[in-house]
Amino acid sequence: MKELVVLSGKGGTGKTAVTAALAHQVASDEAFAGSVIVDADVDAANLELVVGAARMETHEFQGSEVAFIDTESCLVCGICQEFCRFEAIAFSPDGRFQVEPMACEGCAACFYQCPTESIRMIPRMAGQWFVSESRFGLLLHARLRPAQENSGKLVAQVKDEARRRAKECESPLVLVDGPPGIACPAIAALSGADLALIVTEPTVAGLHDLQRAEEMVTHFQLPSLVCINKADINPEGAEQIEARCRTRGVPVVGRIPFDSSVPAAMAEGKPVTEYHRDGDAGRALSNLWRHLADILANGRETRSLATLSFGNSKEEPTVVR
Amino acid sequence: MRIAVASGKGGTGKTTVAVGLALSLAGSRKEWERPLLLDCDVEAPDAHLFLRPEFEETVPAPVQVPRIDMERCIVCGDCAAVCRFNALAVLGGQVVVLPELCHSCGSCVHHCPPRAITEIPRTIGTLEAGRSNGISLARGILNVGEAMAVPVISQLKRWKENHPGGLTILDAPPGTSCPVVETLGGADYVLLVTEPTPFGLHDLRLAVEMVREMKIPMGVIINRDGIGDEAVEAFCEAEGLPVLLRIPFDREIAEGLARGRTLLEVRPEFRDMFRRMMERIEA
Repeated sequence: MKELVVLSGKGGTGKTAVTAALAHQVASDEAFAGSVIVDADVDAANLELVVGAARMETHEFQGSEVAFIDTESCLVCGICQEFCRFEAIAFSPDGRFQVEPMACEGCAACFYQCPTESIRMIPRMAGQWFVSESRFGLLLHARLRPAQENSGKLVAQVKDEARRRAKECESPLVLVDGPPGIACPAIAALSGADLALIVTEPTVAGLHDLQRAEEMVTHFQLPSLVCINKADINPEGAEQIEARCRTRGVPVVGRIPFDSSVPAAMAEGKPVTEYHRDGDAGRALSNLWRHLADILANGRETRSLATLSFGNSKEEPTVVR
Repeated sequence: MRIAVASGKGGTGKTTVAVGLALSLAGSRKEWERPLLLDCDVEAPDAHLFLRPEFEETVPAPVQVPRIDMERCIVCGDCAAVCRFNALAVLGGQVVVLPELCHSCGSCVHHCPPRAITEIPRTIGTLEAGRSNGISLARGILNVGEAMAVPVISQLKRWKENHPGGLTILDAPPGTSCPVVETLGGADYVLLVTEPTPFGLHDLRLAVEMVREMKIPMGVIINRDGIGDEAVEAFCEAEGLPVLLRIPFDREIAEGLARGRTLLEVRPEFRDMFRRMMERIEA
């Protein structure tokens, strides 16, 4: 079983459009029959809008705990507030201490310090995760409630579940649509994967954030591949990305042209490769899958590809820290 | 006044709006002599690419993590027992610190019977500040490989809290979870940037829910207007959310932004539109 994670660094570069097209291609590729799809962007889970998901299971997600002050036994001594480093305990106008749940980190410092044991740590329902039957196979996805913490923990939970089910069904591939950024949700999405596909766009911001995403993947000692979306809107920008990837020894495996059938397909709720298979973007995306399928079909090739190219590059991969 | 620019979905144009707004308002009134733009997207900070400031100040962004004095440690395991984040463990007859998991709550320090734990700083990012085109820019940068964005954002905000220029514009990361909540805390108004597509609408709903929970007034900016349908507009109408500005879908704008130009450089008429929008927000 292989695991491919689609990342981007910068948001809105087209991760979900690319993942949906890959899911569609995977489903029609005999060698990858029975693959499992994961939407790990739990803040903004959009993949289900494109792959047609019928929910089969809904599970509650318990995030970190939250402190609760029992005002009956509270002496209003203020020790809890003194020990809270997250400014989560406020003195209310009616003369009580109250926990501001959005600021509470669940560290329990107040709970440990309260002399009258008036503080309880209670579980917090931070979201839900789902198992759905999509048009392209099993889909695991989740929804973090707005203004909650622990998106990394929810990502890890959804991925663990996906892996477990993929193992049960002897799935050849787990395909993960990752979150933007490079911190805990992105790290959780990457954790345990075999390969990262970074979707970027030829803009100054796209290049800047691609570099950070690629360094993050390298930091965790995984190989990256790059796909340039809307490659033709700024050819010099695309060339800069290609040059940067050559220096870093990261293969550019896809170049998707700007094509109005992409937003049209998303609006229709269909992957681009399904909506307009022979369009410019549709063709580029099915080529991208063929390329990825080759790489995934042979694990050693993936590794050697990365090692080999890193070996050839002038610059060693930077390991921060 | 503090205005935060947020969105559920990534790549809708938060930075385009934050940079355009800051440049439009700079010097337009005495109290906005020099607006401060805080780039709080510490995972993917991009505002400087358009403003090209010279960063004059750089400071590290540390978090406090425990250090165990092995001489004094009696390996009782109390520190590991109180830590809710599994950042301390007893392994092979000694206490091991896993600093990446530490939330700096201090409980281990308070619960160590022989007082063997002190806190030491661990740098997880950098804060930078500079000036460009009549505005001040400060940004946080999370080190690659670090998981926690929130401490860098909170330190960035605290670092520049007492901004004398009067107006602070906060450019938030995408999403609706803790880094966004940290950025929006204390804001007087939130601008939600979206695009008129099914993804844009789906994520706008979540962002609206988040801002409502935080009890901050908000308005919507529709970017790439014309690319999709009317559903975002209808949603705003139904929810009583003002649509404050529309930025058209326009290849020239897209190409300009791709090359690091600002919206005002490509379309100077947006200067007045941003100023009028600000007047509307104040009213």
